[in-house]
Amino acid sequence: MTRWAMVADLRRCVGCQTCTASCKHANATPPDVQWRRVLDLEVGEYPAVKRAFVPVGCMHCDDPPCMAVCPSTATRKRPDGIVTIDYDLCIGCSYCAVACPYQARYKTDLATFAYGKATAAEEKRFDPKRLAVATKCTFCVDRIDAGMAKGLKPGVDPEATPACVNACITQTMSFGDIEDPHSNVSQLLAENQFFRMHEELGTGPRFYYIWDKKEAEA
Amino acid sequence: MSFGPKPWHQTSWDFRAAFNFIFGGAGAGLLVIAAFSGLGGNSLRAEMLFAMALIGAGLVSVWFPIGRPLRAMNVGFNPFTSWMTRESFAAGAVFVLGLAAVWFGSTPLAQATAVAALVFAYCQGRILQAAKGIPAWRVPALGWLNFITALTEGAGLFVALSAVFGSPAKSVLAYFSLALIARGLAWSTYRGSIAKSAARPALTVLDRAGKVLVQFGTIAPLVLLLLGMLAADLSRIALPLAGIAALATGWQFKFMLITRAAYNQGFALPHLPVRGTR
Ligand code: SF4
Ligand code: SF4
Repeated sequence: MTRWAMVADLRRCVGCQTCTASCKHANATPPDVQWRRVLDLEVGEYPAVKRAFVPVGCMHCDDPPCMAVCPSTATRKRPDGIVTIDYDLCIGCSYCAVACPYQARYKTDLATFAYGKATAAEEKRFDPKRLAVATKCTFCVDRIDAGMAKGLKPGVDPEATPACVNACITQTMSFGDIEDPHSNVSQLLAENQFFRMHEELGTGPRFYYIWDKKEAEA
Repeated sequence: MSFGPKPWHQTSWDFRAAFNFIFGGAGAGLLVIAAFSGLGGNSLRAEMLFAMALIGAGLVSVWFPIGRPLRAMNVGFNPFTSWMTRESFAAGAVFVLGLAAVWFGSTPLAQATAVAALVFAYCQGRILQAAKGIPAWRVPALGWLNFITALTEGAGLFVALSAVFGSPAKSVLAYFSLALIARGLAWSTYRGSIAKSAARPALTVLDRAGKVLVQFGTIAPLVLLLLGMLAADLSRIALPLAGIAALATGWQFKFMLITRAAYNQGFALPHLPVRGTR
């Protein structure tokens, strides 16, 4: 069974936000909405200060609290683990937004554009269905489905891979099937130490963060 | 916009969502006590209509901020896991049974309405508890506190109204006293259960709201009740005051809980990336 997952190697990320920009481009999200964003964290006190850049977004949880609370069944989970939102069913109650422990959900009530008035490109890609409903990262599900229909492999063939992964300048982000032990993501996790955000909440996020080599090699 | 690792206040639900818990809880609590207080005839009808108006006001208030109000009926699509769907079903049962009880002047129907109101109040607590992104909400103790404060607020309202228009029965006052004590205990259990998980600013807000709940919403009404029982001539003032204090403090607590203490989980890294030297 396929289970799509994202791996971010925190040692590589330089916080350039190219993934954020590529996501906005690929998904035509409005201003202030970043389905993929990169946190810029500063930890400690001078002189022992450390900085970390952390890509975040929807974790496509195994047991998504956003789905359990959704009263309209707009939020669902596909067999491959991707958590989806049906914009035609969603009532925009934002219950999912307070249920998500990863701050991954957005709701935009009014059409907004980068420069006030819509540019030609924004006008062309504007989707009224997305107004006043919940939105979030889709793992670029359309690219995955279209790519797979052509016999391509998500995570390997760029055409079938989430835009943020393709765009990353340092190969921080990797995408693939976590159930396949030979996949790129399984290999990365086998070779490195990783964690998942807020693991203690039992949501089973499908977003893995690599932070160091395996202990024996370290 | 900067997103640091520290929790920040949720921006999805505002005072309109709080009103659903405020009015809905009090309305449900009022239905419960009115139906089992021995009240009948037009007095029962009036109490029930008032209680249903409160619940209705809460639901209307939460209907405004939803993004797609014309699709509101979709709220009923997920009874399998969503407490919001279940709340909507319970509200439907309250209105159907309650209006029938008012129409026929039937006490058994009023009591059936009260059962639906209990379910409604319970669902409201579970709505908050299921919001996993808000540490101050997601504990089971809040579900119970929300449920018990609904009963207490309803009882306070009933006592206040009864004292204005007559004198409340002893059993009603006993129920009210028990509810007040139970709420005080529920608050302290709840406070204990969020001590480690809730964000510091959330705890500051909750401690302030909890202090009001204990001092003006538990101790003061109990003292007023005692005063009313000991000095009959004072009861016309003491009992309404006790009821209003119980109601108002419950409402302020819920308002603060939704609009000021709802800090999210933030982001947390259990390990920092190891780069260069270790
Ligand atoms: S990260 Fe949030 S929005 Fe995404 S599946 Fe998990 S709970 Fe739902
Ligand atoms: S905003 Fe939409 S997706 Fe989120 S819980 Fe409400 S109906 Fe479901």
